[in-house]
Amino acid sequence: MRSNGPIERDLAGSAVSGGDAGGAVGDAREAEFQALIEADQRIEPRDWMPDAYRKTLIRQIAQHAHSEIIGMQPEGNWITRAPSLRRKAILMAKVQDEAGHGLYLYCAAETLGVDRSELIDLLHQGRQKYSSIFNYPTLTYADVGAIGWLVDGAAITNQIPLCRCSFGPYARAMVRVCKEESFHQRQGFELLYALSHGTPEQHEMAQDAVNRWWWPSLEMLGPPDTESTHSAQSMAWGIKRFSNDELRQRFVDMVAPQAVVLDLVPPDPALRWNEERGHYDFGPCDFEELRRVVSGDGPCNRQRAAHHLKAHEDGAWVRAAAAAYAAKHAASAAA
Amino acid sequence: MVAGAAAVSTLRIADDCLVLSHRLAQWSSWAPTLEDDIALTNIALDLLGQARAMYARTAELDGTGRSEDDYAFMRDERAFVNCLLVEQENGDFATTILRQLLCSTYQLAQWQALTTSTDGQVAAIAAKAVKETEYHRDHATDWTLRLGDGTDESHQRMESALAALWPFTAELFESDDVSRDAAGLGVGPDPEDLRAAWDAYITRVLDDATLVVPKVSWKPTGGRQGLHTEAFGYMLAEMQHLHRSFPGVTW
Ligand SMILES: [Fe+2]
Ligand SMILES: [Fe+2]
Repeated sequence: MRSNGPIERDLAGSAVSGGDAGGAVGDAREAEFQALIEADQRIEPRDWMPDAYRKTLIRQIAQHAHSEIIGMQPEGNWITRAPSLRRKAILMAKVQDEAGHGLYLYCAAETLGVDRSELIDLLHQGRQKYSSIFNYPTLTYADVGAIGWLVDGAAITNQIPLCRCSFGPYARAMVRVCKEESFHQRQGFELLYALSHGTPEQHEMAQDAVNRWWWPSLEMLGPPDTESTHSAQSMAWGIKRFSNDELRQRFVDMVAPQAVVLDLVPPDPALRWNEERGHYDFGPCDFEELRRVVSGDGPCNRQRAAHHLKAHEDGAWVRAAAAAYAAKHAASAAA
Repeated sequence: MVAGAAAVSTLRIADDCLVLSHRLAQWSSWAPTLEDDIALTNIALDLLGQARAMYARTAELDGTGRSEDDYAFMRDERAFVNCLLVEQENGDFATTILRQLLCSTYQLAQWQALTTSTDGQVAAIAAKAVKETEYHRDHATDWTLRLGDGTDESHQRMESALAALWPFTAELFESDDVSRDAAGLGVGPDPEDLRAAWDAYITRVLDDATLVVPKVSWKPTGGRQGLHTEAFGYMLAEMQHLHRSFPGVTW
């Protein structure tokens, strides 16, 4: 059932700050909510929550769900050309996992009073986004490895703290997702390792993929803290635990030593261990590029959107048939 | 006796599974619902696993010691011995579902018979495959009912799918020297013997789905001898290209 209430109008908008419960009753609920957050307790769907909290979560969970689904496309691009049956099985299972992640997340969003079809409409209208990273093309099989190692790696960095998110259904979905993501990152690392230690041509293929996916993966963790619009409020609400730049540093600290094991060189001359900081230093991201891709002008934005829309429209008669069949049989069961 | 009848009979099954798996995998990110995207990939993964197990057994039976990838990627069209039905293009969701119904019902009967194969390894593979294929058939059955008895459009599409695919079902039950010898050795069933169970199930489901089997005189055949449809060549070209571009490497 499609609802067209005020929530729907605001879904696409960005978070507004602060709660909006008016009056004394509102204040008491607000205080209770705030106390739960401060005690690091989980908010459940039936609990009272400020509208802005609800809207922020719907926006974030929907965007996350859309990312899982759109993320099936770049890797799915290689399923029919996988170079061995073993790789084919791994890739199919991985892409299927991403579909499953999308499903858990749409379900988590639905606990907030929206439904999947509404969210998908908003995606098609361009009013909700998905991760910018999936707007890059996969040009060789090594890209499957680079995506697993770097993109799933960045996703894990981002998602592990979300397992402690203040909203229960989102936190629980993330626990399931994170378990599978570690398999995704491992298979990517293992593929790149095999290529890097294979023939010179395979090594070059792996290096080329890392050259192309390195920076977009760092950028996928979001704009720098100085420009991040939603961060402060999300931190206060226990939705976000670390800033974008903190997550980026964690990610680089994880993958930089792994690159050495892979015998592949990240395309960043400034990348080096900083003894004093206890972290890797790295060069500046091209956030202008990120902005361009997020706003719709990446290499594959149009293609990804058109693909998803076509699949959805091509399937409309199937969903209609399922609904008609269910209605007929519900009617005959009731008769 | 045909030389290597047992190996040819296991290869036929492996090729059926691989080709059908590949066709289903082409649905990834294109299915009408997220749930069905997951289901079709699940089925494709099961079939791929069945193919790999049967290639491994074939390599022992034919004594060539070929790898699963040799079978999948290094043979040309004329060497593939899958039936024509599995290689038919996906078409719309109705076509894919009907192909699934026809294939999985056949494969289930085949795996059930293979559980008593005199080849212990084949029997073990079959025991696992029976459980998987029961689910494949249930999935196809559920959707056949919904689409056949859903809307006018879905009914129409199922009828078109039946008209397109039904002719290819005759080949499934053809016996030849290979299948008769394999049956004689107790390795596998003679396809002829799978017909009754298949007919009974398909007739019942199509009937429940308000669908009528078309009368057709055309009975295309040749897959078991490596005579395929044109579309199959494109499928193989795409599937094999990368593997063949880097001869002898490990992935
Ligand atoms: Fe995922
Ligand atoms: Fe993943």
